[in-house]
Amino acid sequence: MKKILLIIKREYLTKIRKKSFILMTVLSPIFFSLIAIIPAAIAIFSNDDFKKIAVIDETRIFNEALTNSKYLQFDFISAQYYDKNTSKYDVSQAKLDIKESEYFALLYIPHTIIQGNKGAVELFSYEQINLDLEMNISNSIEKKIENIKLDLKAEEFGLSHEDIENILKTTSSNINVKSTIIDKKGQEKESSATIAMIVAYILGFMIYTFVFMYGSQVMRSVLEEKTNRIVEVLVSSIKPMQLMLGKIIGVALVGLTQFAIWVVLTITFVEIGSSFLKTSPEFQLNQQIANNSPISAIDTLTNNEHLETLPNIINSIVNINYVLIISLFIIYFIGGYLLYASLFAAVGSAVDRETDSQQFMLPISIPLFIGIILLTNITKNPNGPIALWSSMIPFTSPIVMMARIPYGVPFYQIIVSLVILIGSFIFTTWISAKIYRVGILMYGKKITYKELWKWIKYKN
Amino acid sequence: MFTLIIENIEKKFETHKALDNVSFNIPENCIFGLLGPNGAGKTTLIRIINQITAPDSGSILMNGEKLSSKHISSIGYLPEERGLYPKMKVGEQALYLCQLKGMTKNDAMKELKKWFEKFEIQEWWGKKIEELSKGMQQKVQFITTVLHKPKLLILDEPFSGFDPINANLLKQEILEIKKQGSTIVLSTHNMTSVEEICDNIVLINKSKKVLEGNVEQIRKDNSSMMYNIEYHGNFDKLLPTLTSDYKIVEINTTQLGGNIKIEVLNKELTNNILLERMMQFGSISSFREDIPTMDKIFIKTVQKNKIQN
Repeated sequence: MKKILLIIKREYLTKIRKKSFILMTVLSPIFFSLIAIIPAAIAIFSNDDFKKIAVIDETRIFNEALTNSKYLQFDFISAQYYDKNTSKYDVSQAKLDIKESEYFALLYIPHTIIQGNKGAVELFSYEQINLDLEMNISNSIEKKIENIKLDLKAEEFGLSHEDIENILKTTSSNINVKSTIIDKKGQEKESSATIAMIVAYILGFMIYTFVFMYGSQVMRSVLEEKTNRIVEVLVSSIKPMQLMLGKIIGVALVGLTQFAIWVVLTITFVEIGSSFLKTSPEFQLNQQIANNSPISAIDTLTNNEHLETLPNIINSIVNINYVLIISLFIIYFIGGYLLYASLFAAVGSAVDRETDSQQFMLPISIPLFIGIILLTNITKNPNGPIALWSSMIPFTSPIVMMARIPYGVPFYQIIVSLVILIGSFIFTTWISAKIYRVGILMYGKKITYKELWKWIKYKN
Repeated sequence: MFTLIIENIEKKFETHKALDNVSFNIPENCIFGLLGPNGAGKTTLIRIINQITAPDSGSILMNGEKLSSKHISSIGYLPEERGLYPKMKVGEQALYLCQLKGMTKNDAMKELKKWFEKFEIQEWWGKKIEELSKGMQQKVQFITTVLHKPKLLILDEPFSGFDPINANLLKQEILEIKKQGSTIVLSTHNMTSVEEICDNIVLINKSKKVLEGNVEQIRKDNSSMMYNIEYHGNFDKLLPTLTSDYKIVEINTTQLGGNIKIEVLNKELTNNILLERMMQFGSISSFREDIPTMDKIFIKTVQKNKIQN
């Protein structure tokens, strides 16, 4: 037992001291958090450049509604393109003209807009227009039109503008549909099918990647000892089975360490990144503009639907049972890893070079691939027969079960699947140990499946 | 007292018999040569002693007890296929291997310091194995093999990869280890070293034991009864008297004397009788019995075996 600990310790320390490990461990969370932060950062910082927008306003009422800011200036050029003969604005000429001008875009507000035809406002540009600018313009125009309508109504009922605004504020209501799962204990939680699907995919892929990544590390480590010829020295001090187990456990600990560091670092980086964004002047400016808008109450009432569903999504994300998912993830990772790692070890022992390992890798990779392919079906029908069976078969269960968990899986199914998984990895470890024991001392021979079968049958 | 008693060991791989009813004893505190051509079954036997593989049948007693895992820490093994982790540091690696043999970290550290001083390689401690030359790596490997003071030290081709100076150093170390009471099993094709340091040998050929015993005794038993004699004086009178019991193989005469190689046909005759007879006819400046080298015995035994099969 003490010797297995020595093996584990060496395996663990040499692996985590490797430059590639340190790089992977530190760089990946930076990468993950960048994925999370960059879209937000782009949205906030993209209006960094000062932009001039040419406006052709047929209604001639938006002069004040489109306010200039530090980054944005609206120039009303309607008069230049007014054709007195036809009483129309020459938009196509304006489009051509802004190409060579200082203007970033041309905003065309047709007179039909007064009737509330939102789609009729057009923005032309020779560059990519970002969402921010689009929303800024549409909000400003909406607000102006709403104000106009409000004033008309106010006049009709003999009220002041402020009165109407107050009425609207008090009657404003925010209705949306919450989907809620009631679990067996009667506890309720909000859920979202989309969120569940995304989480399912992420979990399935993570298990797949982890099992594959660390499994092949075990294989490489076995192969390394074989090609260095150190293995015979080792097995004169320790049983091959112990050597193999020590190696597998050592690499598993490396994996868990890496996983833990990733979780902690990613959270830290995202926190740092988002607090940095929040303190940035651009973000506060945006916040200010949003808060200062005169009829923010109406804003929430009539604005785009996606703003309304956002709290829902956040709720759904918050309501994911992270403790359950992370603990099951670790359990299934360990189970799946142990099942495959011993097979990887057996492959490593049977060949002399990594290039020779291909033929034996195939039967190991296929079940893992099948697990990934099944994900589409499982997210569509998380409790169907395919999902059920493939989450019981140990070679696919770690991937499939992790994908099913966001949808809710009966507890007994998890237990049955885990028991099968544990039984199976004991079996594969036993078989692999038999191959390993013979393989590590066998050099210079191309091994066939027939030979592997013979090795399994050797007594000692 | 025997360190190892090997009895009726059989080991089969598929259709190929690696060891066929092999029995012999290894006396305590001796250097024991395990000889045989390539593929004879030596490595298999060594692996069985190291409990890396198990025999199909037969038994091995170590110091009178059945060989078991508790003996692992009292065996040191330097395999023919040997190596170290190239990326690991010398000191770290040596510590690791010694701890695997059951030493505590402190003991291993203390002993390692001693050996590194003795071989004057202290400055290697922090270097990576891959930075050392092959010969240097061999030295490190040897140290890690003997550091835990094994009662039984098994060396498989220990001299390969060493230059003559280091090979000699290694030989001295092996003799020193024997002096301290250990038993050493030496598997090698280098017959000169067998003659120089082995007390006993066993020769295995085609999975069977074909020769066993004390090195000197074996050489004597395999004596071709040839004698090389240098002399001064006139031997013309001598030669006719020798014909019945001796056969002259070679004769070179000079003005003052010459040398002569004769084969003794009558096995009853001892060296002294021959000397006595010859002294009457001149002065002997050199008299040497032509004892066959282990090399010759090895080849002769293996070839004889081939014909029998």
